[in-house]
Amino acid sequence: MTLDAAGCKDLMHHALRRPQVLAEFSLSDWDVLIRQARRSGLLARIGCVLEAQGSIETVPSAPRAHLKAAVALGEAQHAEALRELASIDHALAPTGVRPVLLKGAAYVAAGLLPAMGRMFTDIDILVPKSRLAEVEAALMSQGWATTHHSPYDQRYYRQWMHELPPLRHIRRGTVIDVHHAILPQTARLKPSSAKLLAAARPLTEPPRFSVLCATDMVLHSMVHLFHNDDQSHSLRDLSDLDLLLRHLAGSPGFWVDLVERARELDLIRPLFYGLRYTSTLLCTPVPASAITAIGADGPGSLVTAISDRLWGRALRPRHASATDAWTPLVLWALQARAHWLRMPPAMLLRHLTVKALRLHQPASANA
Amino acid sequence: MIVAELEPSTLNRYLRQGGLRLRTGPVVVNIESTLPAVRKGISLLYAQHTVENGDGFSDFHVCVDRPNSLRRWINRQVVFRFDGAEPFTPLPGNQGFAMLEWGLNWCVSNHCHQYLIVHAAVLERDGRALILPAPSGSGKSTLCAALAFAGGWRLLSDELALIDPTSGHVVALPRPVSLKNASIDLMRTFAPTTVFSDVVHETMKGEVAYARAPVDTNLRADEPAVPAWIVLPRYAQGAAAQLQPMSRARAFMALVDNAFNYNVHGRNGFAAFATLIERSACHQFTYSSLPEAVAVFDRLARSE
Repeated sequence: MTLDAAGCKDLMHHALRRPQVLAEFSLSDWDVLIRQARRSGLLARIGCVLEAQGSIETVPSAPRAHLKAAVALGEAQHAEALRELASIDHALAPTGVRPVLLKGAAYVAAGLLPAMGRMFTDIDILVPKSRLAEVEAALMSQGWATTHHSPYDQRYYRQWMHELPPLRHIRRGTVIDVHHAILPQTARLKPSSAKLLAAARPLTEPPRFSVLCATDMVLHSMVHLFHNDDQSHSLRDLSDLDLLLRHLAGSPGFWVDLVERARELDLIRPLFYGLRYTSTLLCTPVPASAITAIGADGPGSLVTAISDRLWGRALRPRHASATDAWTPLVLWALQARAHWLRMPPAMLLRHLTVKALRLHQPASANA
Repeated sequence: MIVAELEPSTLNRYLRQGGLRLRTGPVVVNIESTLPAVRKGISLLYAQHTVENGDGFSDFHVCVDRPNSLRRWINRQVVFRFDGAEPFTPLPGNQGFAMLEWGLNWCVSNHCHQYLIVHAAVLERDGRALILPAPSGSGKSTLCAALAFAGGWRLLSDELALIDPTSGHVVALPRPVSLKNASIDLMRTFAPTTVFSDVVHETMKGEVAYARAPVDTNLRADEPAVPAWIVLPRYAQGAAAQLQPMSRARAFMALVDNAFNYNVHGRNGFAAFATLIERSACHQFTYSSLPEAVAVFDRLARSE
């Protein structure tokens, strides 16, 4: 198959929906897809999907080398993450805290479908807010040191955000994000961390870690995608969500529990968008009953129509072959929306002013 | 077709519209640039490189150009774009070609994990590879240039050793040779028939110039070489050329320390480096005079 410009825009969605079509790709299709996948953080995932369906050897050798290289890098990251968990476990043992793994680390440790080719370097954990100081002290005693040294940034994280400033290990350079909630303390929606922690499921391996229960993991993935002010990985997050839903869809009562839990945690809106865009863009098998159950709690038809226009662009690869003239404005609008949802207006104005004035500081050193 | 066979206007058109698809060893790079310095650099230093025609797969799509900001006009800068992203901070406006070279090194060392990649110069004689692993500033590039331009060795790369972990062979990555500071004039005197670029001053690595790789490097680019020697070079002012045996353990650690992606290869990477070390003679080498150095490596190649 050979693609026109319109076909290029949908190439990644197409590949994620029906990986079988990759077998028919020409070299010039691969020339576009490898770039889109790389910019989306999905190169390793495409490689893993092809390996899982046993067709990676049918890919022409030049693009195949990139897919296999990305798969190898992903596997190395996963092995490193599991080693890092052992160090975190060692550091936190004296506190007796059982951290809940989030996102990439959770998918890998729990062996879930979105672990396939999931690239990540930082480890995210959730702990009770009352134990935060203890956890930070324990990590610091084993070599993790805070980043973001300015007093403003420290206060931004500690007073308003849902996590500590990232902690970086002084020798290994590895980063851990310690959360006490899944949304900022200042955000409009306030899902209860106590409920999330109470329902978390302990892992047998690695011991002393837990992951969120199935419904909560899905809801957190949706919150992360639709409330994040950084949209650079939005298509990857959508693909994570797609695989997670496919993994869990068969469990008895899953969809009923999901809607019920979203209501309980005040997360109906992110659930609505999550189900809408996974099913429309990636053909995730979402039962109509789940959409019906959300009912009038979802957004109205005008808001939905506007959202479709915005997310339809944001959930594409950030590559010139998949964007259009509106994309920069759309991304700006979604960033503004994320900030709006994260902070009350006065606080937001103050935060943006401080950040804007900092633009005048010299740029950081070369990469 | 090679770059030297392209009409200047055709080269210019490729670089401005759709990109020049340049082959370097196993890699095809699609290069876009409107900068005259980049065009001149390519036509001078990549003259013997193959141009892939038409559509097809390019491993990397890169662009070196002016930024989309006021810095396009005032205090001019250049930016390096990879798939549309800008992985580096911009550089002063006259460093476009150097930025292309550094950017291409970055592309290969960060993505081509089908190879174990070591920060090393590689040369070949009689099918056997000499690997010179060393960090910047050790005199590796100068020694490599001397051996390639006047020492009877075929250059595979002055910067990146691509080692196939399955076969253990080193694959060539034909590129211009980069020279820094004092070694620029040294090499002009030592190998006067070589094609050199102009010197770019005040880069992050000091003064930089490039030399076109010898013709053999491109003609025999698809001939891999079997590692035979690992030599840690060190330039020391006034020192007599001296080649000393080095323990295999130290040579192993030198490979690991200079590897870009040892961590990606895990157990296989360890096994590949171990095999490489077992089959190679390991030395450290101190030098200050290039003719002496060339003589030492000539003897090395003949003796073993």
